[in-house]
Amino acid sequence: MAVEMRIALRNYGKIDPLKIDEYISLGGYAALKKACAMDKAELIDQVKKSNLRGRGGAGFNCGQKWAFASKADADQKYVICNADEGEPGTYKDRLIMENDPQTLIEGMAICAYAIGATKGYIYCRGEYPQVVAILKAAIAQAREKGILGGFDLEVRMGAGAYVCGEETALIESIEGNRGEPRFKPPYPPVSGLWQKPTIVNNVETFAVIPVIVEKGSEWFAAIGDPAYPGTKVLTLTGDINQRTFFEVPTDTKLNEVIYELGGGIPGGKKFKAVQVGGTSGAFIPENKLDTAIAFDKMAAIDATLGSGAVFVLDETRDLVDVSTRIARFFEHESCGKCAPCREGTMRMYDLMEKINAGEGSPADVALLNKLGRVMSYACLCGLGQAAPAPVLSTIKNFAADYNAKFK
Amino acid sequence: MAYKSIIQNFAGVPGGMLEAFHAVQNEYSYLPEEAIIEAAKAFGVPTAEAYGVASFYSMFSVKKRGKNVVRICESAPCHIAGAAEVVAALEKELGISMGESTPDGRFALEFTECVGQCQATPVITINSKAYLDVTPASVPVILAEYR
Repeated sequence: MAVEMRIALRNYGKIDPLKIDEYISLGGYAALKKACAMDKAELIDQVKKSNLRGRGGAGFNCGQKWAFASKADADQKYVICNADEGEPGTYKDRLIMENDPQTLIEGMAICAYAIGATKGYIYCRGEYPQVVAILKAAIAQAREKGILGGFDLEVRMGAGAYVCGEETALIESIEGNRGEPRFKPPYPPVSGLWQKPTIVNNVETFAVIPVIVEKGSEWFAAIGDPAYPGTKVLTLTGDINQRTFFEVPTDTKLNEVIYELGGGIPGGKKFKAVQVGGTSGAFIPENKLDTAIAFDKMAAIDATLGSGAVFVLDETRDLVDVSTRIARFFEHESCGKCAPCREGTMRMYDLMEKINAGEGSPADVALLNKLGRVMSYACLCGLGQAAPAPVLSTIKNFAADYNAKFK
Repeated sequence: MAYKSIIQNFAGVPGGMLEAFHAVQNEYSYLPEEAIIEAAKAFGVPTAEAYGVASFYSMFSVKKRGKNVVRICESAPCHIAGAAEVVAALEKELGISMGESTPDGRFALEFTECVGQCQATPVITINSKAYLDVTPASVPVILAEYR
């Protein structure tokens, strides 16, 4: 039986998010104190050994990333929290920020100490103005308490661009520019915000840092899947009885998420597909549900863990229609900087619309396969590389839905 | 020209153009051309670059629009929950099509992608305030708050 385990959301519903004293009374900021008494290299080593991997979707070893920025020699370094949660079906970062903003601030302050940064930014999506207000109030309280030492924080608000979830596009946006991704390398830990060494981590990643510091890397590394330890906050949407969120160890299987925690499919209908990780994820068929919600386990079935969104579709759903809608999403959100994505997302949407309208043929599907393959290799950033996944995976796993559209 | 002073508040903020644009929109609901020119001066960039920023982000409008910005999410979870019927109800109730504003300047109607309230789809937002589990029947009730 799958059970919840709350680390990132450990204070959910237990404290008033606008009262820092309540956070402190539950042990808040003890980890920052402990961290600041540690040798910086030792602290980074602990984070590395915990094997905490980025919760934003890329799954990079967090301590390893910090080590790069720590080694970089610069007069100024930055810590950025990526709170530009834009992956459709995802609202985990909002839950953390609305209910426990101090854990995020504490996690960032620990990172700042570890890498030697004095300035931080939280880049929060423009769709969450209520969260921006909470964050600003929380920062003011922490500042007033003098709890952050020499580290100062600012909140910046995005303005409705999905691509700004990509870390270099996010950095461009904080600099006041169009949110277009940069060419990499150099990566942000070497040259990021205003060309200075910069750590960009997701909200959920920062939120677990205080607990890792407090309880130790061995404790964390032993939870869930050994290659992607810890917990993951999942948000369940679509045709599922429990349209809500769960934080579970990463060895929890998809079928447990859907049928035990999620309570199965409403109306006695049968399961058809699940898309994990948001709109850029692959659609997974029923025979692959015995897979853990861990980074590499999901990759092994040609899917992604991504943001942890779990979008369930029942037997009545038309996957061509849903994938057409998703293709339109990418056509709209492509920033236009690189041609494979700008043109590719447009052509992909054209072809999907044609098939969805009953005007397509198997030749169009072959073209989609080819186009998708080229995009996954040739696009500049993760947006374009992942954009074909829903289309390619539905062609592969749900061919019947496409065949039904042909004359 | 109130937007001049609004923008000046952010002139010293590194990378503050987006913040300045948000502040202007809070007052005007869109970014008047003069405000974009003013921002270009304040931040020391060519006007084309400031316009490039203003037109890049979907929440910024370089066209005049209604005061209350109604946005309906059309991302996949809202799509399968019946967003299309809510779109039809909004268009009917306001007497305009998606992307338009009402002649009295009270409402603007726009599509948006996911707004992160997927626990209760479909979702609309009015001036960024979210309304959950929206149905065609609940549309007139919600809009009445802003009439």
